[in-house]
This record gives sequence, C-alpha cells and structure tokens, in this order.
Amino acid sequence: MFIIGELINGMYQNIGKAIKERDKSVIQKCALLQVKSGADALDINCGPASRQPDSDIQWLVEVIQEVTDKPLALDSSKPQVIESGFKVARNKVIINSTTADADKLDILVPMAREHNARLIGLTISAKGIPQNKDQRLELAATIVASCIDKGFPVEDLYLDPIVLPVNVAQAQMKDILESIREFKIISDPSPKTIVGLSNVSQGACLRSLINRTFLTLAAGFGLDAAILDPLDQALMDALITSELILNKHIYCDSYLEAYKK
Amino acid sequence: MAMQLALEKWPGRVYEVTIGATKEEGGSRTHTVKIGGAQALPFLFDEGAIPNKPSIAFEICDIPPADWPQELVKWYGSALNDPLALAEKCVKEYKAQILCLRLQGAHSDFGDKSPEAEAKLVSQLLKKVSVPLIILGSGDDAKDNLVLPACCEAAKGERCLVGSAVQDNYKTLAAAVLADGHNIIAESPIDINIAKQLNILISDMDLPLERIVINPTIGALGYGLEYAYSIMERARLAALSGDKTVASPFICFTGQESWRAKEAKAAQEEFPSWGPESERGIIWETITSVALIQAGAELLVMRHPKAIQKVNEYIDKLMK
Repeated sequence: MFIIGELINGMYQNIGKAIKERDKSVIQKCALLQVKSGADALDINCGPASRQPDSDIQWLVEVIQEVTDKPLALDSSKPQVIESGFKVARNKVIINSTTADADKLDILVPMAREHNARLIGLTISAKGIPQNKDQRLELAATIVASCIDKGFPVEDLYLDPIVLPVNVAQAQMKDILESIREFKIISDPSPKTIVGLSNVSQGACLRSLINRTFLTLAAGFGLDAAILDPLDQALMDALITSELILNKHIYCDSYLEAYKK
Repeated sequence: MAMQLALEKWPGRVYEVTIGATKEEGGSRTHTVKIGGAQALPFLFDEGAIPNKPSIAFEICDIPPADWPQELVKWYGSALNDPLALAEKCVKEYKAQILCLRLQGAHSDFGDKSPEAEAKLVSQLLKKVSVPLIILGSGDDAKDNLVLPACCEAAKGERCLVGSAVQDNYKTLAAAVLADGHNIIAESPIDINIAKQLNILISDMDLPLERIVINPTIGALGYGLEYAYSIMERARLAALSGDKTVASPFICFTGQESWRAKEAKAAQEEFPSWGPESERGIIWETITSVALIQAGAELLVMRHPKAIQKVNEYIDKLMK
C-alpha cells in the first residue's frame, strides 16, 4: 500500500510552532522519521492557523526537499496554496485534494495534468458529506468524468470515500468500505483509492486499535493508499500482515523486517 | 489495425553482481563477469533494460569426480586428475569465461583434504588461469566452515562467488566473504520463503543484498524442473515488483542435476529405444539449462562442453 505520512501538519502543536519560527530541524526530523518508518510520501499541511499559507507551504516544501526525495502531498483546500507549493517543488507532487465541485475540478485537474502530479479526489461536494454508498459513487463518477474530459490519466487519480468517525457514523462504515471496491469499476483503467485514516477514530478511545482494524478491512477491499501516522508501529505491522495475507508479499519468518528493506 | 503489445512496466530491478576483479579493481583477473541487473523478465527487451546476458561456468573439481559418466569423462580425459590442468583445458580449449571449483575433496568421505591444502589449490588456480572464479564447499557444513574461510582469504580481493550459505549455516561464510571482498551464494531447498529469509539473515550481517546470488536449488528435466521454474518465476516477479529481498540473481547447477538423471546417463544397451547416450545427456543438460534461463537464471554451472556450446548459442540468439 502506498503510505502518505500525515504528521507534517500545522495543526499539530510542534509543527505549527516550527512553521511559525521557521525551525527547519523539527520539520526535517519529522520527515525523516516518517520515511524511516515506512512512508512512501509525505503530506504537507500548513494548518488552520497559518496566516500566510502561500509562503508557509513553500518553506515546508523546500526544507523537506533538503532531506528526502519522496513525493510530497500538497494539502490544502485552497488551490492557490497548492499552486504556490508547485513553484518550489522538485520532488514529485500529489495534490491533496479536489472535491467533486466543478469550480475545484476546473482548476485542480488541469493543474495536476500540467505538472504530471497525482491527484486526490474527495467524494464530497458543496452540498455536503455523502450519506451512503450511492452518493459516494455518484461523486466519484463526477470526478472521474472530469479527469477523462480534461485528459488527466485516471490511474493517477486517488479517490477518497471520506472516512467518518466510527462514533459518529457507525452505520456508514460498511458503505465506506464497499465504496473502495466499487470505485474501481467506474472506469478502465481504474482510479486508485485512498483514505485519510485517522478520521475513523476521531473522538474515540483506543484510537490506534480502531485505525488498524479499519485499515486491515480496507486493505481487504482493495485500498491502494492511505494517509496515516507511520510512527504507529502496531498499525504498520497490521498493514504489512494484511498485505501478506492478501498474497502481496512473499512470506518469510522476518516478513516485517523484509518490508522495511 | 496493427496489433499492439501489452507491455508491463516494472518498478523493481534485479541486483547486478560482479564476479572477479581486475588488476585495477584490486584482483588479478583479465575480465569480470557481470550477472543480473535486469529490469524486465528474461529477454523481454521492450519492457525494460537487460544489461547482462546469462553466463555459463564450467564446473571443475579438486578430485576426480566419482559420479561422472563416461560421456562426460571422455571430454576432459586425464585432466580430471589434475584440477589445474582441468582449469587450463576449460579456459584454453573450451573458452570458459568463468570457472566453478567444487572442493569435494575436503569432505571426510572423499579424502578429507585440509583447509590449507584447499586454500593452496585456490591460490594456484588463480595463478594458472585468469578468469573469475566460483568456489563451492564440499557440502559438509562443519568442514566447509574451516575450508571456505581459508579459501576466501587465499583469494582475497579477487571478488569470487563463494558458497553455499544455508539457513542453518551462514554466519561463518558470510563473515569470511565480507572480510575478503567476495560475493556469496545463498542456497535454499526449492523454497521461496527460506530463500527470502536467508537473504535477510545474510544482509543483517552487513553483507549487502547486492552481493548475494540465490541458489534456488533446481531439479533437472523430469525431476522437478517445473517446481524450480515456478519458484524462480515467483521470486523474479516479486523482485521486479519492488521486493529487494528476493532481487538477487540466480545461480543454477544444471550440470550437476542433469547428469544425475537416469535418462542422461543410462547406456543404450539398457534402453535401446532411448537412443545413444552420447547425445542424450547433452540434450538433457541443454534443455534443463534453457528452461531455467527462461525462468530467470543468470548463472549456470554446467558440465558438458557440447551442451555449454549449445546453450551459449541459444543465449546469443535471444540476446540479438
């Protein structure tokens, strides 16, 4: 599974402070730690408190690129912040994210195409969060259709079914998991699928256990990528084991270690 | 409409292993042999780079091989009694590019030669011929743990390929290979899980994965060839998909296995309908070898000069 580390986010106190004080050692340490723990890419989010997200994201991109060449997921709901990240990005980029709204798609899909970036599409729109599987599929189809229209390769699109907290929307969990599988049949070649994992345990106790149980199930439904905390070792071990059981890796006694080599 | 081939794009790559070191590299070989490095399945040139062709090593032994049938013996003659003469014959007469020395005589059942004697032989051999060298133990773990380190030291800097490390006995050899700058053969009993595990165990000793060659253990045609084939294929698909722990090149002892087959060596008087044994063994060794080349074998250790010639022709044709 393609792992995007979620920890470089201004909403975390240490990162928010480091952004404000331009303390690059905190950011670089966090980046390297995530990569060492199995992250294939790093999410970059200036956080809600950032007053100059355009320059903050550029600073983050630059200091992270000094220590790793892993892809960077430029995470903002504002297209101009993402565009500003592109101006300094040398690493590969993942746009995080567009919604199914036309005004977003019209800017972000061409932007992804122009920069050869991958694109995360949230199955959400100005009308709100989907309440069931059908609404998710409809929004997903809207995003896929827009990509095809605009000549963006669908295999570089990552559809997110919007994972809701289990203590808020327990009845939707099964729909969310099934959406992961059904997104795949919207087009050929298939779009990829992604979740922002930690949301599933928002406000709950036993967060790590809930996260890894959900991820294990999602892997079984064919999930391609996840934004998560790679420092949660129990989570990473559960993921590796899930993939082993799904015959994605060859077994050996040290299979956990093998995954990290 | 013209047919379009569906091409696979692989993210992974097989490690490239260099056997032998020239003077400039700290050894004394006139050339090196590079194996592996492919970014595609065998001979699928449109799918990725294939920088090196499969290589064939001539197998030689420190003592006259007891189990070689007449059809093999007659091609080497009295040289079989003298490993140095045999090495020279393989290189000069049969144009061997790489040799595989089996130290069978170190085994307690076959003469119990001392580590010093075997190390001396390795030194002499390296002086006698200038091709890269593969060195194999006798198969007796305890004895090999004395003999192979001595040979590694005698060949220090020549970047030989030395084997075999097995799951229950790899530490001594890995340490010796690491200390003296050689590559290692990691042997598993037709078992992909053990092959992977052994590679991890060896790399945990700081011998990098790019210095390991996997001996997956094979069966000859009619004796489990397809098991070996499918294991190698599975490992190779995983390697090309990005699993570095199985991304080592393969060495296959197709000579040894083919000439164990009854069909290769039985006399015509015994099975008249099988045809002359002067052809059968060559065919058996050739077919076993070309099949495993298609499974991904990068280095074959073979015995019959005619079979080696045929397989080399086959490789050259496919590499064109």
